[in-house]
Parts: sequence; C-alpha cells; structure tokens
Amino acid sequence: MSALSPARRRAGSSSSGIRRGEAAAGWLFTAPVLIILGVFLLVPVLMALWVSFSDWTGRGSPFSSNVGFVGLDNYAAVTTGGGLAERDFGTALRNNAWYVLLVVPLQTALSLFLAVLVNRAILRGRGFFRTAFYFPSVTSSVAITVLWLFLFSSSGAINEVLSWLGVNGPNWFSDPSGVVHNLLGAVGVTSGPAFLTGNTLLGVSWWDWLAGPSVAMSAFILMAVFTTSGTFMLLFIAGLQNIGGDVQEAAMMDGANGWQRFWRVTLPQLKPVLFTVLTLGLIGTWQVFDQIYTGTQGGPGKTTLTPAYLSYSAAFLSQQWGQGAAIAFVLFVIIVALTILQRFVLRDRPVSRRRLRQYEVPAAASGSGADRPRAKKGAQR
Amino acid sequence: MTRHTPIRRARGWLAAGALLTTGALALTACGSGFNDSPGEGQASGSGKLSILIGSSGDAETKAVTDAVAAWSEKSGVPAEVQTANDLPQQLSQGFAAGSPPDLFYLAPEALAGYAANGSIAAYGDDLANKSDFYPSLVDNFTVDGKFFCAPKDFSTLALIINTDLWSAAGLTDADIPTTWDQLASVAQKLTTDGRVGLAFGAEYQRVGAFMAQAGGGLVTDGKATADSSANVEALTYVKTHLNDGSFAFASDVGAGWGGEALGTQKAAMVIEGNWITGAMKADYPDVKYKVAELPAGPGGKGTLQFTNCWGLAADSGNQEQARDLVQYLTSTDQQLAFSKAFGPMPSIQSAADAWSSANPDQTAFLAGAEYAQFPPNMAGAADVITDFNAQLESLKTGDPQALLKTAQSNLEAITK
Repeated sequence: MSALSPARRRAGSSSSGIRRGEAAAGWLFTAPVLIILGVFLLVPVLMALWVSFSDWTGRGSPFSSNVGFVGLDNYAAVTTGGGLAERDFGTALRNNAWYVLLVVPLQTALSLFLAVLVNRAILRGRGFFRTAFYFPSVTSSVAITVLWLFLFSSSGAINEVLSWLGVNGPNWFSDPSGVVHNLLGAVGVTSGPAFLTGNTLLGVSWWDWLAGPSVAMSAFILMAVFTTSGTFMLLFIAGLQNIGGDVQEAAMMDGANGWQRFWRVTLPQLKPVLFTVLTLGLIGTWQVFDQIYTGTQGGPGKTTLTPAYLSYSAAFLSQQWGQGAAIAFVLFVIIVALTILQRFVLRDRPVSRRRLRQYEVPAAASGSGADRPRAKKGAQR
Repeated sequence: MTRHTPIRRARGWLAAGALLTTGALALTACGSGFNDSPGEGQASGSGKLSILIGSSGDAETKAVTDAVAAWSEKSGVPAEVQTANDLPQQLSQGFAAGSPPDLFYLAPEALAGYAANGSIAAYGDDLANKSDFYPSLVDNFTVDGKFFCAPKDFSTLALIINTDLWSAAGLTDADIPTTWDQLASVAQKLTTDGRVGLAFGAEYQRVGAFMAQAGGGLVTDGKATADSSANVEALTYVKTHLNDGSFAFASDVGAGWGGEALGTQKAAMVIEGNWITGAMKADYPDVKYKVAELPAGPGGKGTLQFTNCWGLAADSGNQEQARDLVQYLTSTDQQLAFSKAFGPMPSIQSAADAWSSANPDQTAFLAGAEYAQFPPNMAGAADVITDFNAQLESLKTGDPQALLKTAQSNLEAITK
C-alpha cells in the first residue's frame, strides 16, 4: 500500500485544480455501463456459479431456503462419477477437442491465405473477392446449418460431386464412425491395443479418445472453417495493411524471395493479429452450440455432442441444473487455460542464438546493427 | 510506463470494487424477487388459464384452440392456448421463474424429474373418468404410486406394408407375418436391388418392439432388466437380418425416418406409429399401404406405446378450473374430434369402438394397446435411452450383449 500512496496523492492533488470533479463525472458517465454489466453479466454469472455448487432442481429461486449447498458434488458427477454423466462429458470433451484441433489451425491458415490473396493491389476485382469470401460469415449460423444438412445428405450435392470422382460418399450426418479409426481400418487395424482400449479417461477409453472426429463432426468442421475464415480474413487484411512497404522493400533489397519475405517478415509482424485470431478461434470453437442444436442434437452416436450442448441438455432437458452449470464452468476454465497457454506460446521472445546466427555477417564485423532487420518493431504493441 | 502502473492498478481495483458493489446492490435489490416462494404471485388465481402445447402442426393447434374456446364459453373461464417452439425448454424456464403455464403437454420421460422437484400436481386420481383410461397409460403416468396426469391420447407401433410391392412379390393377405420367422422370410422376398424388406429407425423407440416381442424390456417392475436373455435374443435377431440385408435402419437407406423410407419406396415395410398416416397422406399420397399388427416373437405379441399427458403446474392458481378443462378435453367426444383432426388414438376405452369404426384400416394400432410396453419413465431415463440409441446405431457390427450391459449399468444407476 505504501508504494501506492505517492501516486494516490498525485491523483488526489488534481482534484483541487481545474480538473476538479472530473473523477466524479467519470464515474457518473460509466455508471450505466457498470450497472448494466453488473446486473446482466456479473450477477447471473455468480448465480450460475452458486447453482453449480447447489442441488437446485429448477423450481423457484436458487437462493430459497430449501436449496442446499452440495460442495463439489456436481463437478464430481461429471468428472469422476463413473456413470453416464461422466461418460457423456468425456465424450463431449473428446468431440470438441478434435473439433478445436482441426478447426483452429485450418481456419487460421485459410483466412491468412485468403487475406494475402485479396490484399494484393494488383488483383483485379478485389472488392468482389473480399465480399465473396466474407459472405458466409454474414449468414446466420442456423441458415448455414440447414444448408449444410441439405448439401451433406446421403443424396446431396457433395455426394453427387464425389460420385463423379468415383467416390461413394458417406451418409455424412448419420455416420458416427471416427475418421482416424476409419483410416486405421483401411490399413487393417480395427481394434486398438489393450493398453488403449483397457484404460479410460472420463469414462471414455483411450482408443475412443483417439477415434478422431466422426464423419458427421467432420462436416461441421468443414462448415466452421467455411463460415469463420471470412471474418478472420478481414482481421488479417487490416493487419497486412498496417505493415509498411519499406520493410518489405528492405527485405527485397537483401535478396529475400517471396516465400522468405512471407515467413520471415510478414508473418512476424502479424503476430498481434494472429494472437487475436487464435484467441477468438479457440473461444468460438470451444463454445460450439448453434450448429449442434439446430443440426444433430448430439447425434449420431453422440459424436457431435459438445460440452456447450451437453450443458444445455443437462439443465433444460434432464433437470440437472447443477451439473449443467458445472459443465459450463469447466468449459470456462478450459477456455481460459488454453488462452493463457496460447499467449505464453506466442509471447515475444528475444531472438535465439541459433536464429541470430543466420543474420550475422560472417566476418568478425558482426556489430549490433546486423540483426536490425530482425528487430520486431511491428510486433510490439 | 512503469510510473503509471500503480495508478492504473489502483483504478483497476477501484473499478472492480465498484462493479462488485453494484452487483451486490443489484442482488439485494432483486433479492425479494429471487426469493419469492414459488407461485406466491399466482396463488390467488387470476382466473385466466394459460395452456402451452407442443403442436405437431396447424391442424393440432386449431383443434386444441377450438376445443379450449368451446370449454371457455361453457364454463365462463377465459383461457389462452400457446404453442411452444421448444416445449421442454419453455417449461423449464417457466418453472424456474415460478410462472409456469397452468396446463401443458408433458412427455412421460420428463414426468419423474418434475414430480421429484414438486413442479407438477398429481391430479389423476381426482378425475371422474379415471377408470376409463387404458391401464397401461395410467401406469405410464404413475410415479411412486401417484397417478399424476391424464393421458391426452396415445399411439402404438405397427407394421406398415406397401401393398403394391407386396402383391408384386407374389404375396397375399395370408402371408402377413405373425411370427419372427415369417417376418424374416417376407422381408427377404421383398428385398430387391435398391430396396430393403423392412426398415425402422436406429433407436430403442422402434427396436424396443422386438425386445417386447422376445419377452424382454428395459425395466420390469421397477427393476433394470436390460441385459436379460430375451433382450439379447431380440437384438441378435435384428442384427442377423440387418447383416443379411433384408432389414435396414432408415438412415442407412437415406431416409430420415420410417415414413420417408416407405414413401420413397426404399423399404417395402416399416415399423412406425399412427403419425405415419398423416405423413403419407400429405407427402406420399400415391403410395398404397396397409397397417398390420407387429408379429409375435418368442415371448408373444409386443409393441411400444407413446403418449403425452396434460400436465398441471403445482404453482397454478387455477387448479380446479384446469382439472375441469382436462376432463373436458379427455372426454369421448372431444378425443374423437382430436383424432379426426390430427390422427392420434383416444386414451379412453369408451371411445375405442367409435374410433375403430371411423378408422377401420388402422385397427392394428389400437389392438396394440392390449400388450404395449412403454419406455422407462423414471428420472434420468431419457439420458439412458439416448445413450442406448447411440449404441444401437452400431448394432450391425456391435455386440448385443455388450451394449445391453452398458444400458443395464446405466439403468441400475437410476432405478436404485
């Protein structure tokens, strides 16, 4: 506290001058937002947190006297209960983990690729392409889901196109088989080794964790990539346009080819955008709900069940409100943890010795100026 | 940069504190609202009944609205019918907020959960026409010995046969299967390139009929009996014929459900309930079909019944009027009118003869009422059935014994 006191005094002294009352006015102007956030965000979140520790059954107020505190029972039921609730939660996490694992890298790579394409000043009709790529993001997720169900039905357009190539397409949305299992099956491996099938995590055997996304989930993965890459493309375009041409020119003068310029110059400068895109992607993919609710409701074979949908169905359909809230908070922790991890991985690091060597002038005169092209001017916020 | 940090931090804490205080204030301010004992606001009885239904379509909505309006006129009690987009969710919301509708459609699998938390009133025993309901329907809505709510109507599963394909295969009325062996042999005869003999959904709600015919069932007298030898026999029979190609799951022939498989002639026979008649009339008017009772298995005849009841909220301030309305809606005349409007069978025995003479070609559905089983209705059963259904989808390659064992352990967890 003592460290703060000089700052306090300085802040306080301003109230005697011409800026007197500014703080009060500030509070006055921010009060509506604070109150709205408090009432509609903070309080409901705290209520949900309480519900996750209570045995509330969905009737009347969660704060009434006949609702009891049950500690971590709800969390235990979905993580160590050994019953159906645990297996459902494990299955949902498995499905969503594969979804995240595939959607996030794919959509990031695709949106960056599209952004680089339409960012070229030389491209004719760039406005058209930008609009076309962005279009799927504007359409409502429900409408896209309906479209997808239609395209991927057993006699739909996708299977029709596949049949031209001589491929007998799967019955997408009713095929619960895992993609990785199918690939293994193609080379003759149909059941896993005992140490994978015998041991379980969250009620799901390791062999099933490794099943990969089901064919039905793969269709959702394609849909997510299709719909979100347009939005992230916009972010990347904004980032690309912030990069000054001089650095590119300098790199060109140093003899870097297009490929090197992209990986060594452009991409490092896009790091803040990349961080935003990955964070938004991680959050969005862990919360996938609309598509599941309107499309498959978790079927076939529970392979499109996600924690967000499970939380909804546990609370609203099965009257297990505590478990539903507990699932929501576990999901929250997962998202926060992954975001922190991602921030750690993408943090600004000093250039390693090994990397630095590439930029050093071979002769002894490798002064401090030699690594300047590598300086992360653009990457610093 | 560093010089400003303490100020920022202090402001951050201040802001967080303010937010918390506001939150706490809001919490206490709203406290009275949150702490209302359920239904206090309604206990006086506003006199106006609200009714929430999960309608199958315009025909049903209109029929119910008209019937309720007629009752309102007679009794002088105003009433309003609303259709739900998502009935379970809207009901849950109503109960949580303490302002549920007075009367609503209630599915048997949701009954136990609402009964356990005291959301619904057990009024079945107070009905004058209580003894007129089919006994199995009364059982369907009885939890812990209390008959909770009046079944509004019901449906059973039967064998729906495409008559053109039937005669094209050289089959006659005498060939309508009455045993599993006969079913297998006619299915084999009807199977051609691009068409299966018999199709049904990959779910307990269809496959369960075979379990009933084998003498099994998921729950018997309140005990989990999923892994009984009868059930294994039933699933093995289904699996055998799924693999020889004469039976198929509807999704495997590219149909959303049995009715679509029959309508698009991808299957010559399907196992479906009464609702198929409306769909055939609307979507496939050219396909001719016949309804037969499901064949008997080693354990005798068996089918499944599906029903909903008129739930009455415990918080309703108009219980007496609501009960009176239910009595009116489940009366013989009214149920026959509903049946004519949108197809289900009356839940009361006194309407059976009139229904049969009005629907002579569908009597097989009604015959099923004698021996129909119903899906387990204890709390948590819906999750168990969803899980069972997920496993049934892979019955073709799966092990019947193993998947029944999983269902057994899931059921034991909720029947204790």
